[in-house]
Amino acid sequence: MQKTAVKLTGITKTFGENKVLRGIDLELAAGQVTVLMGANGAGKSTLVKVLCGVHRANGGDITLFDQPFHPTTPSEAIRAGVVTVHQNINDGVIPDLDIASNLMLDNLAAPGSGFFINNRKIRAQAREIAARMQLDVDVRQPVSELNLADRQLVSIARAMAHKPKLLILDEPTSSLSATEATRLFDLLDRLRDSGVAILYISHRMSDIRRIADRIVSMRDGKISGVFNEKPLDYEAAVNAMLGRAMSEVDIQIPAKGTPILSLKNVELRSGAQPINLDMNENEVIAITGLVGSGKSELANLIFGLQAPVSGQMQLNGTPYTPRNQREAIAKGVFLCPKDRGSNAVVQGFDITRNISLPFLKRHSRGQFLRPRSERQTAQASIENLGIVCQSTHDDIGALSGGNQQKVMVARWLAEPSNVLVLDEPFQGVDIQARRDIGEKIRETAKGRATIVMAAEMDEAIEIADRIIVMFDHTIAGDHRNENIDLGQVLAQVAGQKQTGNETHAN
Amino acid sequence: MQTDTHKRPKLGALDLAIKYGFLALLVGLVLFFSLFTEGFASPYSAVFIFQSVSITGILALGVTATLVVDGFDLSIGSVATTALMLSSYVLVVWEMSAFAAVVACLVMGAVVGLINGFLIVKMRVPDLLATLGMMFLLVGLQRIPTQGRSISTGMTLPDGRVTEGVFPPEFLALGRHRFDFFIDRLIPVSVVVLLVIAFLVWVFMEKTRHGRLMYAIGSNERAAELAGTNVNRYKVLAYVISGVLASIGGILMAARLGRGDIASGNNLLLDSVAAALIGFAVLGAAKPNAFGTIVGALFIGILLQGLTMMNAPYYTQDFVKGAVLVVALVFTFALSRRGGGH
Repeated sequence: MQKTAVKLTGITKTFGENKVLRGIDLELAAGQVTVLMGANGAGKSTLVKVLCGVHRANGGDITLFDQPFHPTTPSEAIRAGVVTVHQNINDGVIPDLDIASNLMLDNLAAPGSGFFINNRKIRAQAREIAARMQLDVDVRQPVSELNLADRQLVSIARAMAHKPKLLILDEPTSSLSATEATRLFDLLDRLRDSGVAILYISHRMSDIRRIADRIVSMRDGKISGVFNEKPLDYEAAVNAMLGRAMSEVDIQIPAKGTPILSLKNVELRSGAQPINLDMNENEVIAITGLVGSGKSELANLIFGLQAPVSGQMQLNGTPYTPRNQREAIAKGVFLCPKDRGSNAVVQGFDITRNISLPFLKRHSRGQFLRPRSERQTAQASIENLGIVCQSTHDDIGALSGGNQQKVMVARWLAEPSNVLVLDEPFQGVDIQARRDIGEKIRETAKGRATIVMAAEMDEAIEIADRIIVMFDHTIAGDHRNENIDLGQVLAQVAGQKQTGNETHAN
Repeated sequence: MQTDTHKRPKLGALDLAIKYGFLALLVGLVLFFSLFTEGFASPYSAVFIFQSVSITGILALGVTATLVVDGFDLSIGSVATTALMLSSYVLVVWEMSAFAAVVACLVMGAVVGLINGFLIVKMRVPDLLATLGMMFLLVGLQRIPTQGRSISTGMTLPDGRVTEGVFPPEFLALGRHRFDFFIDRLIPVSVVVLLVIAFLVWVFMEKTRHGRLMYAIGSNERAAELAGTNVNRYKVLAYVISGVLASIGGILMAARLGRGDIASGNNLLLDSVAAALIGFAVLGAAKPNAFGTIVGALFIGILLQGLTMMNAPYYTQDFVKGAVLVVALVFTFALSRRGGGH
């Protein structure tokens, strides 16, 4: 066993009445990747914020290589050797500056670093850092020209310039493609070998399988399971985090209805295999696949946000060529978009106004709104989906993530639709809300075609009658959700052709 | 840690302060001036205050419309002065009717709004820059026909002609007529126009679905778009509203002055923006709103009128406005942001 880098004993943290951390005991070893799993609200982010100096613990002790460690500011934590790479990549880099300046930013910001900038020296130092990280880049290139993965690597490289003892990564792959993630993992392997303790927070099973030396599960502000033994017991780790075994959701596959939306030889992107697909009445289809497999493009296509390269769509037997989202909505094709924070939630609006947003005409007499009609719809949605709130007037920002998501789903369930597309409806949602939302989607599925984009396999299995796998902007597999062969599905997700030896670049 | 434990009981009081603090301050100010200055508490004084803020207030309502969609219109001041010059030109040089002058100004305001909207929505010029450019354009444009001189009857035009047109009485009435209201000849037209426009803007923003969608755009443009809102159309509409209201302000100014004074309206932009921003603090709205904007304009008017009656020198006025604005912004942003989650 390696040397203990960080040791936490009895860490507690409360916000007002709310006990977020209830006594965390945890050791992180040098040269080891510890994956931290936990449902939303389990306290992961708070724990990270205590470690990186954003929050102060109310009680308990932290030691860093046997030295007491109680940072009060993020910069203090960084100087002590605890470096954090946050989920949002663009928080970690400054796009308009070049790579060299980004890598050396902390030096530039440090007090007493000199008034004038010596570009040559900065570039030389930056090159050194980049080389140490085996980053093959021109340091004079602006960060805005880099793709997400390279930005992520730059921000990690910048973190590494501090010679960290503990590196914390908070869902670092959430916006990376599969190839990009691979590069990140290679880098983490090298860091691990150089003796850095790594705390890696993720929901993604594929990441965890790839990188974990050890899994720690959190639930309700406590450590609910530690898994050291190889091979790691992933299922047990998930169980520990959820507090119950992943229950088999009983899916009653309804009788096949008539096709509502049909794709005929649709090319999502030039060069991609054309897609032929019927989406039927009453059916809930889960479309799964890695980031970059074309799920979002397909959703955009159906919702009129992008046009197919070739091929056509039919809605109830007639050609369907929406030019924008308004035409799609008018034809009863709705999209509940992913990333609710940026694409869906209207901050400053209450629950009622967030729900009524797309269908204000329905709640108006002439041009004038009828608040009572809006409120009734909101009240019905609250009861229907079990949205936890004080009243229909609660500000959306006051709700938890799961409840916000319920409001966003309720927005599109409030009116009957022909096709309802839900893009990652379970993103950032706790397990209870996920069950509630899934149940409601299935319950209301009659009379329409429902399409759920879900990267997570368990989510797909939990909700769908039929699971479609996408890879490389086309359909790689189509399964009835009954005694499903998970191995085969996963192989299709990963792009392994059934026939065998072909390996894909991504 | 101390503050944490004491926070709870105080929260209610703080909420009250945020919600009603600014209105209470306004009432307190009125009481203070009524007690300590002679003649402040009279209908004439009240009307004078309203009249002094009416043009600013109308422009501020236009700014409010653009703020609602998370935009900004820097060109309103110059639209108003352009309307002032344009109406004078139509009346004095072209010798056309009052009606023609009013229509010409309204059309000009709408066209400027459309161009602003076009630059912002289609050309993707950031709002501040687009409207700043428009401001310069208009300031320059209004000077060209008269070679930078004010317009009045009997002036010599660049081509040597002497103007013979006059401001007709029905146009001047817009600035000088007063309606009877318990007291004869009490309420000027501009105050009525202000109140009517304020009411219309308030109804439009709060009670119609268009206003709702504009607020949605201001809060999360992407979400509004994905919910099927025609974002571009509403943004352009906001700038058209702003341009038209600013031109109304300019018409009233021309009617009050009775000449095309090239030097008028210097403070209009800053005063009306201040009123709209002070409006954020009213009733804890923390967002642009018509009622708040009017209260903001009145607040400044009352303060200036009271201070003037207490013999404060005129040159302290801008300082006072600035102080009020800063306090209002603190109310809005620092105080109401607490407790927004962690």
